[in-house]
Amino acid sequence: MIAKRLEPFLPVVGVIGLLAIWSLATWLKWVDPVLLPSPLSAFKALWNGMDGGPLGFDFVKTIYRTAASTLIAAVIGIPLGIVLGSSEKVYRSLEFVIDFFRSTPASAMFPLFLVLFGVGDETKISVAAFGAILVILFNVAYGVMNARKTRLLAAKVMGASRLRVLFDVMLLESLPQTFVGLRNGVSLALVIIVVAEMFIGSQDGLGHSVFEAQQLFDMPRMYAAIFAAGALGYGLNLLFLLIERRFVHWSGK
Amino acid sequence: MTAAQHAYRYEPASAAMPSTPLVDGASRRPHVTIRGLSKRFGKAVIYDRFDLDLPRGELISVFGPNGCGKSTLINMIAGLIPVDAGEILFDGMRLSEIKFGYVFQNYREALFPWMRAFDNIAYPLKMMKVPPAERKARTEKLVAHLGIKLDLNLYPYQMSGGQQQLVSIMRALVVEPEILFLDEPFSALDYEMTLFMREQLQKLFMESGTTMVLVSHDLEEAVYLADRVLLLSRHPACVADFPAVAAVRPRTVATLSDAEFVRTKAHCLEVFQREVRRA
Repeated sequence: MIAKRLEPFLPVVGVIGLLAIWSLATWLKWVDPVLLPSPLSAFKALWNGMDGGPLGFDFVKTIYRTAASTLIAAVIGIPLGIVLGSSEKVYRSLEFVIDFFRSTPASAMFPLFLVLFGVGDETKISVAAFGAILVILFNVAYGVMNARKTRLLAAKVMGASRLRVLFDVMLLESLPQTFVGLRNGVSLALVIIVVAEMFIGSQDGLGHSVFEAQQLFDMPRMYAAIFAAGALGYGLNLLFLLIERRFVHWSGK
Repeated sequence: MTAAQHAYRYEPASAAMPSTPLVDGASRRPHVTIRGLSKRFGKAVIYDRFDLDLPRGELISVFGPNGCGKSTLINMIAGLIPVDAGEILFDGMRLSEIKFGYVFQNYREALFPWMRAFDNIAYPLKMMKVPPAERKARTEKLVAHLGIKLDLNLYPYQMSGGQQQLVSIMRALVVEPEILFLDEPFSALDYEMTLFMREQLQKLFMESGTTMVLVSHDLEEAVYLADRVLLLSRHPACVADFPAVAAVRPRTVATLSDAEFVRTKAHCLEVFQREVRRA
């Protein structure tokens, strides 16, 4: 009975366990306290940083860049994915190129984009968008291609034109897969943005914050920035899941 | 067999000739006329110069050995797959000139899960460019007419299999079709639901009088629901027999043990087994 009532708290177990081990490790000095500060000092740094401190500003900057690159990627990737998915010939002829660039680490493109856009925000956002576009495009195309044949036939039998079938059936059929693409895309965009903020002449952003704290050996601040980045990644994924559940209510049913 | 039943027997040998026996005398013209229909998948010849007349206002079951082309036949009549050669006319008109409905076996994949049941049913009217208000009115009229108690505000995935298939059938009926095709509509349902749906379909048929062509893999169901059972041979398919089912409507559980019904069913089974053995 008690075990059953405690079930909703299961997800907290891992968190508590991690904090316990961490506390123990710093308390018993298993690890050099300079490398691993206590959880308390890390969370204090997180709180101070977010509560009107520079970390909050960096956090917002990273959100802005990630959101901008994801938005650009979605605006370009979704229509392209639909075109690609609705024609097998187009898909087959471009599959290799897309798969190749999708497999290329986006970070390898930094120098090229630096040459193209300079050291400002444009470079970071465009590299992240480049990475996310390919992920989104692939998933959208896949979703369109795998629209249920029966559903397409049903629409056709009811007199739907090709264009109608595309908009009334294929697009909606591909939505669950489109959201898979968006979720993966935004995660990848965040990774690229944070890396870009660390290394390509950035003055702000979470990546910059982590890097700067490390350079100054301000370990609590570094951990705080890492947690902020983690929370952002988790939050973005959750946000897209909630949007999907709201608008693609039939997904997986 | 009665003489009338014999009139529907299509001998394979005569299949090449335009075999168009009158349906119940001259008063009822055939609804669908199929002439010289040919279809092959790869090397397999499914139909070779196939001729058939389907009478108007009757429920016709299509039954035959596995892979003989039952579904292929109605899919070609309904324009889902192209014919290699031949002509299919409805009162002399082409498919594009008539209104028809089609019910898929896989209701889960045939309905649109993003639309509520009501909008699913009304969708074909949208394709016919009927204005929204009239669409709503016509759908409501159909639902009221059928007397089906279903919450049509639900999404398909919130309904049971039988309810979903009922929605599919209503979607096919909403355009007031001249002919309705059903491809094994109940074979994905459990037995209890199948029995219920047979009654529903019989009711719909009696009320609408629409010509219906039903593919079935269950002989009892095929005979129970049908006015005529189209028995196909192995491919290349020809009409092995086309007997009428005399039992009066509404048919009930008692019909299943009715002597005439049992005789018709036994005859169909005999023809079926003969065709299966022919391979």
